[in-house]
Amino acid sequence: MAEKTRSIWVFGDYRNYFQNRVTLQLLSRATDLAQKIDAEVCAVVFGHEVDEWVGEYIAHGAKKVFVTDHPMLKSYSTDLYVALMERLALTYDPEIILVGATSFGREFAPRVSKRLKTGLTADCVGLDMNEEGLLVQTAPAFGGNVLARIVTPGRRPQMATVRPGTFQEIPHNYEAAGEIVRVPLPANLPRDRVRLISSERQPPREQKIEDAAVVVCGGRGMGSRKKFRNLYDLARILGGEVGATRPVVYSKWAEEEALVGQADKHIQPKVLLSFGISGAIQHTAGITNADFIIAVNKNPNAAMMKMADVAIVADANQVCTAFIRELKRRIRS
Amino acid sequence: MLKMIVCMKQVPMVTELPWDTGTGSLKRDLAEGMMNPACKHALEAALRLKAEHDGHITAITMGPPMAEEVLREAIAMGADRCLMLSDRKMAGADTLVTSYTLARAIEIFCPDFDLILCGCHTSDSETAQVGPQLAEELDIPVIAYAEHVQLGDGSITIRRVSDNFLETLEMDMPGLITLTTHNYVPRYTPLAGLQDAFDEPNILIVSADDLGLDEAMTGIQGSPTRILDVFSPTAEKKNIVLTGAPKKIVEELFERFDDRIGSVIRKDLKVDRQSHG
Ligand SMILES: Cc1cc2nc3c(=O)[nH]c(=O)nc-3n(C[C@H](O)[C@H](O)[C@H](O)COP(=O)(O)OP(=O)(O)OC[C@H]3O[C@@H](n4cnc5c(N)ncnc54)[C@H](O)[C@@H]3O)c2cc1C
Ligand SMILES: Cc1cc2nc3c(=O)[nH]c(=O)nc-3n(C[C@H](O)[C@H](O)[C@H](O)COP(=O)(O)OP(=O)(O)OC[C@H]3O[C@@H](n4cnc5c(N)ncnc54)[C@H](O)[C@@H]3O)c2cc1C
Repeated sequence: MAEKTRSIWVFGDYRNYFQNRVTLQLLSRATDLAQKIDAEVCAVVFGHEVDEWVGEYIAHGAKKVFVTDHPMLKSYSTDLYVALMERLALTYDPEIILVGATSFGREFAPRVSKRLKTGLTADCVGLDMNEEGLLVQTAPAFGGNVLARIVTPGRRPQMATVRPGTFQEIPHNYEAAGEIVRVPLPANLPRDRVRLISSERQPPREQKIEDAAVVVCGGRGMGSRKKFRNLYDLARILGGEVGATRPVVYSKWAEEEALVGQADKHIQPKVLLSFGISGAIQHTAGITNADFIIAVNKNPNAAMMKMADVAIVADANQVCTAFIRELKRRIRS
Repeated sequence: MLKMIVCMKQVPMVTELPWDTGTGSLKRDLAEGMMNPACKHALEAALRLKAEHDGHITAITMGPPMAEEVLREAIAMGADRCLMLSDRKMAGADTLVTSYTLARAIEIFCPDFDLILCGCHTSDSETAQVGPQLAEELDIPVIAYAEHVQLGDGSITIRRVSDNFLETLEMDMPGLITLTTHNYVPRYTPLAGLQDAFDEPNILIVSADDLGLDEAMTGIQGSPTRILDVFSPTAEKKNIVLTGAPKKIVEELFERFDDRIGSVIRKDLKVDRQSHG
């Protein structure tokens, strides 16, 4: 088979692997995109003793992995990783570089794009190729009421960041073959201007709401903090968790832990009850895996109502109260 | 003397901007502006450093003339001097170009800075790209998402949470940090201060020509990213719509979906018709 001339790169962000599968999710998406432009999917891995991850990436779709393995790269370093990525990209000229929007990715990707003098689209919720072979990056715009399709026509590579959970990973295949390109640490690497003094792994966050079978989500339409408390009663009776939109968290009606959406939590309940939520994309990006959605909103045309299985046109708080009463009655009987 | 620069952006006060679906344009004029929250925390961090060490703060914003408000607020809070980068030519800049423009202004008006403070991200477009790109443009190191800042000798020590790791880092100066909103709660700005700030503001208005900007790298023209189109996501489902009195609606809901809800919460939600009232 002829060597492919174009390539799509995914930055291998392996730190905190078990909670952060974004690299695998991006490899999956990159594989779809590569078919459309006949390109090769490559992963890029920097670090020390990283063969484990190299194998993982090949098992998840990378056809080629560029690896720089050196003790100096043991802990994540923006200064060094940016310099390495710049050199690699200038040598191999990828069409596209995708980076997970982790804390590190958010520091790393903008600096790489600056070095390469190219565009970077943040937090894409969709990636596709158009007829001209351009990467069409779909990102929320103007408060999430709308989506914008963004391209980088004149420069290469085309760069995008994607939040964890946006795409689905493909199941691993440990039989898959991939080429490993070992890139030695360049001699004239710049000095790292940031030194890691200490690093402590934080206990993994409890994933209560992410795993809950029932989630009761409330938005600004609940009207007040006091009324919002009713949702907690409802959730308790249902044995579920309470989720909230950003304005609600900002107004301190709910804890930050409750925030559901692109920014933070992706939930996958069997039943989702949504009260007084308009359905901005940043919120709905977090609930795409809900099985059955019941939405309550005064406005029948709210986006949230359009994506619900049952759309209830009424006052959110009144329905919540009636819901609690009816549940109690039925559980008792 | 610790010379600091705080970059700040004016953002709309509401998270949800009024969107005119008829014309497909944003009713920006309806939205009142405010200092982006994370920028305000960055300014607060700078003010505390200024109080502890002998310091000087320059606040910079790029934006339309109305964005001058955030600079006046910065002065009221305690900034010493402000730069207002405002020019039609700068409009429509993406983050690559925004950081280029800010860097040129810094090189011309405050070349001997020690520390640049930015917000970690804005509340309107939230790319979190400008800080790291500005650092790259000026060839200085960056630490994003700083939560605690302590000044050392020629260096600065930062604490932050990064991907589930609690990190302490030491960075050479000059350097750039971006601040989260977890710490450095902005001080209350007395109205009297604001009044003073409005009377004789130390604000320098700067144009594209003043900065000698390369036109190929300025504004919408110079921005590598292009918006193809903007559309409303319509994920319409064939759904059931219930209207009427809440009590009736909820009864109907349970009539139809008692099994579905009951099986998930593992409770029998059926009632026999007799007890129905
Ligand atoms: C960069 C960025 C990232 C963001 N990330 C997130 C995120 O992760 N999560 C998130 O949730 N948001 C996020 N947002 C905010 C998001 O865009 C929306 O602003 C937010 O989700 C709207 O919350 P809401 O639905 O509660 O409020 P609103 O949009 O104000 O909607 C309130 C709804 O309640 C209805 N209503 C009003 N009164 C009643 C009543 N009495 N009874 C019934 N219904 C009523 C209204 O018709 C309306 O539909 C983000 C925004 C930006 C710009
Ligand atoms: C909905 C939407 C989506 C966008 N998506 C992208 C995208 O994906 N890629 C892209 O390149 N551009 C994008 N843009 C353009 C981008 O918003 C502008 O370039 C903007 O000037 C800076 O980006 P930001 O608000 O995301 O800043 P952030 O990078 O989130 O801001 C971080 C910090 O940088 C400083 N800062 C940012 N802007 C200024 C300023 N004007 N003056 C002074 N300091 C500032 C502040 O300290 C701020 O706290 C988008 C714009 C919109 C409206």
